[in-house]
Amino acid sequence: MENLNLFIRSIFIDNMIFAYFLGMCSFLAVSKNVKTAFGLGVAVSFVLMISLPITWCINQYILMPGALSWLGEEYASTDLSFLGLIMFIAVIAALVQILEMVIEKYAPALYNSLGIFLPLIAVNCAILGAVLFMQQREFDNAWTATVYGAGSGIGWLLAITGLAAIRERLSYSQVPKPLRGIGITFIITGLMGIAFMSFLGIKL
Amino acid sequence: MNLKKTFLPLINPISKDNPILVQVLGICSALAVTSKLEPALVMAVSVTAVCALANVIISLMRNTIPQSIRIIVQLVVVAALVVVVDQVLKAWNYEVSKALSVFIGLIITNCIIMGRLEAFALNNRPWPSFLDGIGNGIGYGVILIIVGFFRELFGSGTLLGYQIFPQSWYDAGYMNNGLMILPPMALIVVACIIWVHRSYNKDLQE
Repeated sequence: MENLNLFIRSIFIDNMIFAYFLGMCSFLAVSKNVKTAFGLGVAVSFVLMISLPITWCINQYILMPGALSWLGEEYASTDLSFLGLIMFIAVIAALVQILEMVIEKYAPALYNSLGIFLPLIAVNCAILGAVLFMQQREFDNAWTATVYGAGSGIGWLLAITGLAAIRERLSYSQVPKPLRGIGITFIITGLMGIAFMSFLGIKL
Repeated sequence: MNLKKTFLPLINPISKDNPILVQVLGICSALAVTSKLEPALVMAVSVTAVCALANVIISLMRNTIPQSIRIIVQLVVVAALVVVVDQVLKAWNYEVSKALSVFIGLIITNCIIMGRLEAFALNNRPWPSFLDGIGNGIGYGVILIIVGFFRELFGSGTLLGYQIFPQSWYDAGYMNNGLMILPPMALIVVACIIWVHRSYNKDLQE
């Protein structure tokens, strides 16, 4: 129950894009048509779902103050938390690299349609952001972290697919010249964000 | 003329090639930290420092980095610099560091830095790269400060924590616009800046 609660919260209320603006760059760049947007969304959710439990374990058993106590008494006072950022980004970059190889081998069609954006998931703020939020929230176990990752990923997927659908329609409308392209996309994202804020009142 | 050419990497990104308005990079942090002016200022300074230093370091190493692993090398250099910034900020101003929370860490994945490393530092000498880093940092910072200024002024009626609108206005029925504090308004403020910027620079219009 607790986990279901977290799952729904992270999709709608703590949505990565509308509440924290994470992963904005690829969100704006790849949302020109629905199909690629959906593919990228799935890839991002997948990376989030795998990287969160792994980084949770790293944080719990290596980085936290006193986390190394399983090595023996003398390590109990070690605090490696300043290494967090480097460790996390290395794990994420490695994971994305592996994912790229796997997709290239087993799903070449998806690989070709994602192109350059697949390796760029490594520098997608949504992933590192979710990892850092996970560290801040101090989840109890790896399963909760996985649920949080899946929820955030699906929230991101929902947002990018929605924006792509709106942008496809937008090409038929009359937008003031200086606002065309990126300007109107910003405004639409803002309006979508306000719409998503209506979930705020929901008590779970 | 020669002097102008030297400083082109410094001046260009401030308006004509602005990282946020024109290149559309580094949006995430630009929007999330601007509900108050002070974190926006700190963020602008941090990004400028990291961007300039990372540009110099990568530029010095540009002939020795193998093409295939350059992303990881860049990430490690940037991550190391960000750890330094994070620790300095925690020691010097803990309050702001708390307010920025994860966004200092997210400088690592700030697309401006990676973008400049890829596009400029990898094929230019250290000095122009340094100027390019400073220029892009300033271009990013200017937008952050403008957005932070409007959001804090209209959202809380203060600037850097000092009351700007006098009490008599509130007595006369003026109210702070709570919407400005909320995240979506950041997007709309940036959209307005883009609107103004593009109506003066017609060649940028799509």
